[in-house]
Amino acid sequence: MLATSLDPLAITALDPLGWARAQMALTLMFHIVLVPLGVSWAFMTLIANYRALKHHDRDALMLAQRWSKYMAVTFAVGAVTGTVLSFEFGLLWPRFMDQWGEAFGVPFAFEGIFFFTEAIFIAIYIYGWRRLTPWTHFWSGVPIVVAGIFGSISVVAANAWMNAPAGFTTGSDGSVVAVDPVRVIFNDSMPLQAAHMLVAAYLVGGFLVASVYATAMLRGRTDRYHRSAFLISFSVAAVAAPIQMGVGDSLARWVYDNQPVKFAAIELVPTTSSDVPETLLGRLDADGTVSGGIPIPGLASWLSDPSTGRATVVQGLDTVPPDARPTVGQVNIVHLSWDVMVGLGTLLFLLAAWYGLTWLFRRRMPRSRLFLVAAATSGVLAVIAMEAGWIVTEVGRQPWIVYGLMKVEDAVTGNTGVWLSFIVIALVYLAVGITTVLVLRAMSRRFRRAGGFVDHDAPYAPSEPPTPSVPEQEEVR
Amino acid sequence: MSTAVAVVLLVAVIAYAVLGGADFGAGFWDLTAGGPQRGARPRDLVERAIGPVWEANHVWLIFILVILWTSFPEAYASITLTLFVPMMIAALGIVLRGASFAFRKTVVALRYRRIFGAAFAASSVLVPYCMGAIVGGIASGRVPAGGVAGDPARSWINPTSVVGGVLAVAAAAYLAAVYLVQDARRLDEPDMAQHFRRRALVSAVAVAVIAAAGAFVLRADAGHLFDGLTSRALPAVIVSGVCGVGALVLLHRDASRGARALGVVAVAAAVAAWGLAQSPYVLPESLTFSAAAAPTGTLTAVLVAAVLAVVVVVPGFVLLFVLDRRGLLPAEGLEDEADDVLEERPRQRTHSSGHDGA
Ligand code: HDD
Ligand code: HEM
Ligand code: HEM
Repeated sequence: MLATSLDPLAITALDPLGWARAQMALTLMFHIVLVPLGVSWAFMTLIANYRALKHHDRDALMLAQRWSKYMAVTFAVGAVTGTVLSFEFGLLWPRFMDQWGEAFGVPFAFEGIFFFTEAIFIAIYIYGWRRLTPWTHFWSGVPIVVAGIFGSISVVAANAWMNAPAGFTTGSDGSVVAVDPVRVIFNDSMPLQAAHMLVAAYLVGGFLVASVYATAMLRGRTDRYHRSAFLISFSVAAVAAPIQMGVGDSLARWVYDNQPVKFAAIELVPTTSSDVPETLLGRLDADGTVSGGIPIPGLASWLSDPSTGRATVVQGLDTVPPDARPTVGQVNIVHLSWDVMVGLGTLLFLLAAWYGLTWLFRRRMPRSRLFLVAAATSGVLAVIAMEAGWIVTEVGRQPWIVYGLMKVEDAVTGNTGVWLSFIVIALVYLAVGITTVLVLRAMSRRFRRAGGFVDHDAPYAPSEPPTPSVPEQEEVR
Repeated sequence: MSTAVAVVLLVAVIAYAVLGGADFGAGFWDLTAGGPQRGARPRDLVERAIGPVWEANHVWLIFILVILWTSFPEAYASITLTLFVPMMIAALGIVLRGASFAFRKTVVALRYRRIFGAAFAASSVLVPYCMGAIVGGIASGRVPAGGVAGDPARSWINPTSVVGGVLAVAAAAYLAAVYLVQDARRLDEPDMAQHFRRRALVSAVAVAVIAAAGAFVLRADAGHLFDGLTSRALPAVIVSGVCGVGALVLLHRDASRGARALGVVAVAAAVAAWGLAQSPYVLPESLTFSAAAAPTGTLTAVLVAAVLAVVVVVPGFVLLFVLDRRGLLPAEGLEDEADDVLEERPRQRTHSSGHDGA
């Protein structure tokens, strides 16, 4: 991506390829930040809601009510940025759609059902606070959680299909003549990739929410309300963190078996060999040698297949011709992102272990300031880990848009105006991103001042009760 | 089977037009409501009317895009290649509109409400115009088959597209006004009901005039479509016209019921007429639905998904509408919270309406 878009010739000739990749990457990386909140916040809200009803816990009730409203804002922004993606599949990659839409699109057809469910039940949940009996209302939140899970699985199934295309037959002219929708959705890469993303959604969502309350606690707001908020969200993340290590490990082995070139980029392996070291940082040079970094002897081989240990052979980048593998620049991006994901994943796991062990032995959360400082940064770190993971997947797949079947350059639109749409989109997204954060902060300040709960100032909320016409005159003055 | 999917596509387009379209139209009335003082009450009503449903209504659009690219991929490729500019503008408008609507609802300071409100309202006009222009470009046969690009400018800047765009904006405004009359009555705001009744009448006449003028444009510029509208699709055209006139009469007489239903049928029938007139082509005169269709496996999956969506969506929507009309419940088992809520209410109300009116 970088290589193409920084090439001055590509810019003057307004070659859409670099711009289209940049635009796709930008809009996806923006959307994906909102996804974890959409998927996991409803779950955390229901935990708070459950506590409130079971134990008559007023703090938990207030928490559930406020969370449901923040959630509505992030859901709304997630929805519109997601819509842009559906346009972009065609606008930026029309030849991809033309050739593969009938297979790639199948998971999205089912995703629509889950989006409908999610959108409707978020509104019902917010409406229901004062219109449904408490337990009925609680249950009206459950479909949001379920739809979030299956919705993200469907979308990731489409991405996994790009990694492991299956479930179709092509005719003599290369066009798709038959599709097996079940095989498309349940392609080889889908179970692990979907699991990894789903756990990431809970991990990122949990740490993000927890980091807000850790910051508040550092500023001295250590009342029961803030503590409950922290405990609920951080516990969700702390459960997800170790699971994510396990799922990630299996996923890495899947890549080793199925996408050896991506794996070589991940592990920085220029030529096929055994006893491959795990290189931390470091870079691939243009002449195909690895420089810098800290090699841990044999570890990459050992991790790839513990049963053969250091004797495991790892296929190198040079086993495929240069035009069928990522460029040197892309290899370095993939490798660095890999280090970032695994490094941050490990740090977050350690943080979760600290919390878990303290609970186990002391029956309370860690009290040290260092823990709170670490927890306050965990949200951003988790988002970075997730973005890095996607970069590994997407850039590591280069130059293929459909692995082994279609190259990105053969998929791109012929429109030369993409540079302009990229710039406009970048500006709009910047504004929307900043405003979202400001709006959420303003909401929280207002909640703190008002203290209670009002059900009509969130995006799906009912409106204020009708203002009778006579007092209206007075209010307007 | 491709016919069945084409019907699903048409139904989704109709649903988007009468549900999502009204949300856009509400934005039009928001835009034209006047200064902060005069416009405060109409804006309030607009917000109240589309608050709960806009997101779910919006999902129809996603559904349309997904069905199109999954079931008729070649058509989607041709459309996106040719109509790149209006589609990109529409996508951006959708982001601006959704985000600013959500933001406006959460902020209280008048200055910010005005900025978000302006972005919301302006994009509510821009997006339907683009969509109408896109439909015009497709219906007038300016999108070539074969996954190749047509004229990037004239495909959407042409007589039929102008008619399509203006008609989309006007019809959306009309629908919204008709809905808002009903909402205002339900909320017991007779003066607002009159406010929107006048607007419904004006926009109904506008739609009729544009449609009539459009007929001449189509005869000259979109022959296939015109022929279709005067033959295959004639019954739908007549239904649309009759219902439109009926709604107009009821609105004029200020009848308490019926206008809304007739207005919806009028718009739905007009969209259906477009679909019928264009069939069997997805891209008129160059690509038929059956030629563009994906393999049977895909179409089956899409139909299954469509049936499931109906099973999920209809009860969900019904529940939501019932709740919208239901009175408030005190929260059982949390007596003190119920008190809280009661105390909170008057205070908050003066807050926001004070800002609105200031
Ligand atoms: C907070 C998020 C997070 C954390 C802590 C981790 N990952 Fe991850 N990873 C993701 C979030 C993520 C992701 C963003 O969700 C990706 C991108 C695509 C996907 O399905 O998951 C991903 C992709 C991804 C891939 C590429 C899959 C492909 O290309 O098909 C591998 C091999 C791993 N991960 C492995 C790991 C390992 C061994 C981890 C152990 C520490 C790990 N991940 C932690
Ligand atoms: C279901 C999910 C996703 C799908 C279907 C998808 C699809 C695509 C497509 C079609 C492209 C363009 C072709 C290409 O460059 O290979 C692309 C590129 C890209 N995507 Fe994804 N994507 C998904 C998720 C994500 C997410 C969540 C991120 C980031 C956070 C991401 C990051 C990127 C990047 C960085 C590129 C540019 C790669 C390059 O050109 O070097 N993707 N993706
Ligand atoms: C490239 C791929 C993607 C596309 C085309 C896409 C499309 C969309 C669309 C159209 C919406 C709006 C739905 C609505 O109006 O309610 C949306 C929201 C959402 N997307 Fe994406 N999405 C992509 C990537 C992802 C990924 C990778 C995930 C999850 C793992 C995901 C999960 C969600 C969820 C859960 C929502 C609901 C909104 C929210 O909860 O914030 N999406 N997406």
